Amino acid sequence: MSASLIANVVIAGVLTGLVYGLMALGLSVIFGVVRVVNFAHGEMMTIAMYAAVLLFGAFKLDPLLAALPVAALFFGLGYALQAGLINPFITRPEHSQFILLVAVATILTNVLLMVFGPDARNVQTDYMLDSWAIGQVLFDKARVFAALAALATAAGLFTFFRYSRTGTAIRACADNHLGALIVGLNVKHLYALTFGLGAACVAVAGCIMTLLVEVAPSVGPGYTLLGFVIVIVGGLGSMLGALLGGVLIGVSEALAGLFIDPSAKSMFSFGLLILVLLLRPQGLLGRKP
Amino acid sequence: MSREARVGALLALLAAALVALPLAANSYFLSVATLVLYFAYTGQAWNVMMGFAGQLSLGHALYVGLGAYAAAALFTQFGIGPWAGMWLAMALCVAAGVAIGFLAFRFGISGVYFALLTIAFAEFTRIGFDHIGWLGGPGGLFLKVEAHKTTDLANLRGGQTMFYYVMLALAAGAFALCAWLLRSRAGYYWRAIREDEEAARALGINTFRWKLLAVAISAAMTSLAGVFFAFYYNNLFPEQIFHISQSIEIILGPIVGGVGTLFGPILGAAMLTALADALNNLVAAMGWDIPGVKQVFYGVILLLVVMFVPNGIWPPIAKRLGLGRGG
Repeated sequence: MSASLIANVVIAGVLTGLVYGLMALGLSVIFGVVRVVNFAHGEMMTIAMYAAVLLFGAFKLDPLLAALPVAALFFGLGYALQAGLINPFITRPEHSQFILLVAVATILTNVLLMVFGPDARNVQTDYMLDSWAIGQVLFDKARVFAALAALATAAGLFTFFRYSRTGTAIRACADNHLGALIVGLNVKHLYALTFGLGAACVAVAGCIMTLLVEVAPSVGPGYTLLGFVIVIVGGLGSMLGALLGGVLIGVSEALAGLFIDPSAKSMFSFGLLILVLLLRPQGLLGRKP
Repeated sequence: MSREARVGALLALLAAALVALPLAANSYFLSVATLVLYFAYTGQAWNVMMGFAGQLSLGHALYVGLGAYAAAALFTQFGIGPWAGMWLAMALCVAAGVAIGFLAFRFGISGVYFALLTIAFAEFTRIGFDHIGWLGGPGGLFLKVEAHKTTDLANLRGGQTMFYYVMLALAAGAFALCAWLLRSRAGYYWRAIREDEEAARALGINTFRWKLLAVAISAAMTSLAGVFFAFYYNNLFPEQIFHISQSIEIILGPIVGGVGTLFGPILGAAMLTALADALNNLVAAMGWDIPGVKQVFYGVILLLVVMFVPNGIWPPIAKRLGLGRGG
């Protein structure tokens, strides 16, 4: 097995991992602030993937551009979902929240199944089979574009949370719920805003993911689980941790696929998850609870 | 009537109806009733961990799957029957549950993190079993299906009525065990831990040990459901039996019925199974044969139940019948 083959696989893993990381970033932001685990995250991503496929089919719109309108739509839907459905549940026990979001996930998956049928769909852009070669090492154009888009979106979100007034207010809610209420922040609105941002993240991730894989209604739960693995490894609530976790899982999947068996790849992810939970339960970059 | 007398009357009525059911019901109805009892049983088992001791498991498919594979492997590979095999199934699941619980509780993992850990172990095992060629891998493990003319209780080979009574016995046993557990020392300790673990520890309760006991009992009970599953359906696929949807199905009954109550898991299982069955018939009758329709209805109804009856259906009914909080 040549070094260049391994290098190619690792690079593909890193680039795919950044898109995974963006998806998980949405999950992490929502949990970090609202303290609700979004068990419908992968299903939301699947809907975004379908949106990208449809926009491409109808207008030949590149998924990288489709990400903008889809993210805006998802922001609105996420806001409504949190304000209307989830907000009454934030003080209820975890199993209650779990069932609520499992119900939402079931509805989303099966509406997709009803409308589009079980067959897989994809997009075919003209650069999808191209790559840049640097020596022996190949960089898939589609993967590079996808990873750059993921990084740009994540950077935008970082900037928002770090520097804007609203972002600071949201971080205040996450740090101290009661304190935020006392100083007069509209916590319900900020929670809904956060959920909307998380949904927008997953929308962008879903759109650009269509450059890498095909989509079927049944892929949702797998992405939900993948999202959990990544955020726990990186640290639930840590934004940088989500990206790091995404890259780690992307690389470990790619290497497991190369050295062992592609069907065993998620076993390594779950193994990694169990190790991290036991040895460093707050995740690699998470703060101690 | 006193509260005890009313509970007793309700139980006697329920027991009489369930024992007499095969006299009146056809084979199809009996299979639905068997399914209700199956989910009442697994719900009861999950409830020991979550409802009594407050430890949320979202990975109970692990114990169903391990129990099923243990008993089925002994039967198909060595000809050892289920009544002997179930002990191995139980031992294996108790070991797995205690190992997970030991690691989690030792390292102070609780709440959402504990729930995600249980999912991780179940998923890890699911993919692992896909790669055990000796047990069929992803192609599945099959038990020989003979013509079920005679009832062979020793090997759990027989018709619908036999399986119905076996499941009824299991469910009744689980109910009695849980009723006893709730009144035992363990039951009081568990509820103290569920309500406030720190306070429980301050009172001198060894919370680590009692939580482990809850996991062990819950895992042992669930493993028997797995043994039943193996001999009832005669085929096992890792993709199905260890899948997270199996874990979700197990916990829906007690959550819809009422977490921590004795009748909740039974009522929840009955309502959800009846609902799924009614949706099947409705979809067929209306000619909406598009895949997914049924699940959308199911999801919507689930959503409405958790939104408007957050503590489950049984507690308000129990109050009306004068049965206290239903516990």
